[in-house]
Amino acid sequence: MLKSLPDSKKVDLWIRASGKALLWGMSLVGIFFLYLPIVILVIYSFNESKINAVWRGFTLQWYQSLFEGLTVGSDISNVLIWDALKNSLIVGFISTGVATILGTMIGLAMERFHFRGRTVIEGLLFLPIIIPDITMGIALLVFFSLVFQLLESLTGMRLVLGLPTVIIGHIAFNISYVAVVVRSRIADLDPTLEEAALDLGANEWKSFWRITLPLIYPGILSGALLAFTLSLDDFVITFFTAGVGATTLPVFVYGMIKVSVTPAINAISTIMLFASLIIVVLSFSLQRH
Amino acid sequence: MQLFKSKSKVFNQLEFRKTLNLFTLLFPATFWLILFLIIPLIIVLVYSFLERGTYGGVEWIFTLEHYLRLVKPIYWVVFFRSLWLALLTTFACLIVGYPLAFFIATRSPRWRNVLLLLVIIPFWTNFLVRIYAWIIVLRQEGVVNVLFQSLNIIDQPLDLLFTSFAVSIGLVYGYLPFMILPLYATIERFDFSFIEAAQDLGANDLRTLLRVVLPLTTRGMLAGSLLVFIPAVGEFITPDILGGAKTLMMGNLVQNQFLSARNWPFGSVLSMVMMAIVLAPILISFRLAEDRQT
Repeated sequence: MLKSLPDSKKVDLWIRASGKALLWGMSLVGIFFLYLPIVILVIYSFNESKINAVWRGFTLQWYQSLFEGLTVGSDISNVLIWDALKNSLIVGFISTGVATILGTMIGLAMERFHFRGRTVIEGLLFLPIIIPDITMGIALLVFFSLVFQLLESLTGMRLVLGLPTVIIGHIAFNISYVAVVVRSRIADLDPTLEEAALDLGANEWKSFWRITLPLIYPGILSGALLAFTLSLDDFVITFFTAGVGATTLPVFVYGMIKVSVTPAINAISTIMLFASLIIVVLSFSLQRH
Repeated sequence: MQLFKSKSKVFNQLEFRKTLNLFTLLFPATFWLILFLIIPLIIVLVYSFLERGTYGGVEWIFTLEHYLRLVKPIYWVVFFRSLWLALLTTFACLIVGYPLAFFIATRSPRWRNVLLLLVIIPFWTNFLVRIYAWIIVLRQEGVVNVLFQSLNIIDQPLDLLFTSFAVSIGLVYGYLPFMILPLYATIERFDFSFIEAAQDLGANDLRTLLRVVLPLTTRGMLAGSLLVFIPAVGEFITPDILGGAKTLMMGNLVQNQFLSARNWPFGSVLSMVMMAIVLAPILISFRLAEDRQT
């Protein structure tokens, strides 16, 4: 059969076969690459060997060391892992809450109104997503230290960096991400539904609560989940705005890595990995419904 | 006439209510972003023209010395390294990401969801943790060295960590999902009847790929490249953890000026330069997109 084909067709068939093989091969390599370090990390969090990657047997002692209250830092400013976790959750919940409300509001304004200066606001919303984290981090550091300096010279009140400054920074970048997610949901929404509600005598407030909100609710929820993840994930902006008393989990882990590589880091990383796994599956099933 | 007047009054009232609604919706987020992002950035810009204070901070004396310092070759080396590593990362992500995104987009819906989830999981996993994982793989006592030594491929452990190789791997690994997801979104929306048309007209698969599929998915490639290039240029964690003194990137310089050298004005200059490098490709691609639309 193949023999009867002209040569150019044979070449085409060969191209198709090798193309297909290449596609499968590269895709498998891609997935393998994405998971290799993560899987190794999880496996070695159960390894007894403290020094190297030789497998010495299964152990839970590194997880145990976390529960016994691991600390990082110098003697003066020792931070407990539980405090770091608590700080992360406080920052995550508060910044997500505020950013979700503000982000949804501005998302509604951008999608439902036409006004002058829209492009300016558009650029403003875009900025936190595109500027390098470190630029935003140092800008906030510089800003807070100047404001605190002014406050002290004017009122004598001494303020320092801490959880509130971290939360302010997290809200600032999360607003934009929530707005992006919520806006895509509002854009899909049929505006005649709201108009119908208004024609039937509902005021804007009522039409928002009864029509708009129930329809864009999944968008708001996935925006909030993204914000929460980004907040828990953030290291750079937190690093510059945290000061001494506001170590979050990523900053804690960074401190551990900088001191020395121990299997306890593998254990804490594995736990963080599974926590984000749960959030992903949650948001994925949310989107599909 | 009377009717008309009252109508316009009602109309005015409605307009007023609408404006008030818009203002209420816009104000809080705009206020927050101006106070906690725009003003801080302006302060950084102002600081870049001031003299340094002794313990960090600034003296309020105008100077251009920090900008003049930029001409020194050591900074150029770091700038070019950052640019080079970011471009390399973008290119590698494109090479690895495109086949995978294409593969996912052409599977059955069920497999597509599974594979998509597999890409999204690392995307949502803590960046620091994912970069740290490479220490376990690459360090002297790490997986690669132990494996190679036990297989007698090498006698002495290789120095893989704290090299620009390690930083490149880390960057590609860190930003690969940022490339795959927009690529997937574009390829998924791609009309596959174009492929059939090309093949009916006698193009083979290679020609179809080069002449039809790739040109029609440049949008995704461009979006993905921006999403990788932008954060990669400003990176500071990856070179900090996987690199050494020879792999400093711009982000490390900025961090160093603010936290160790305590030269805030020069740190401000560096981060302004960094922002310019990041904003340039964005503005260019926006201009290009606008031109194409008109």
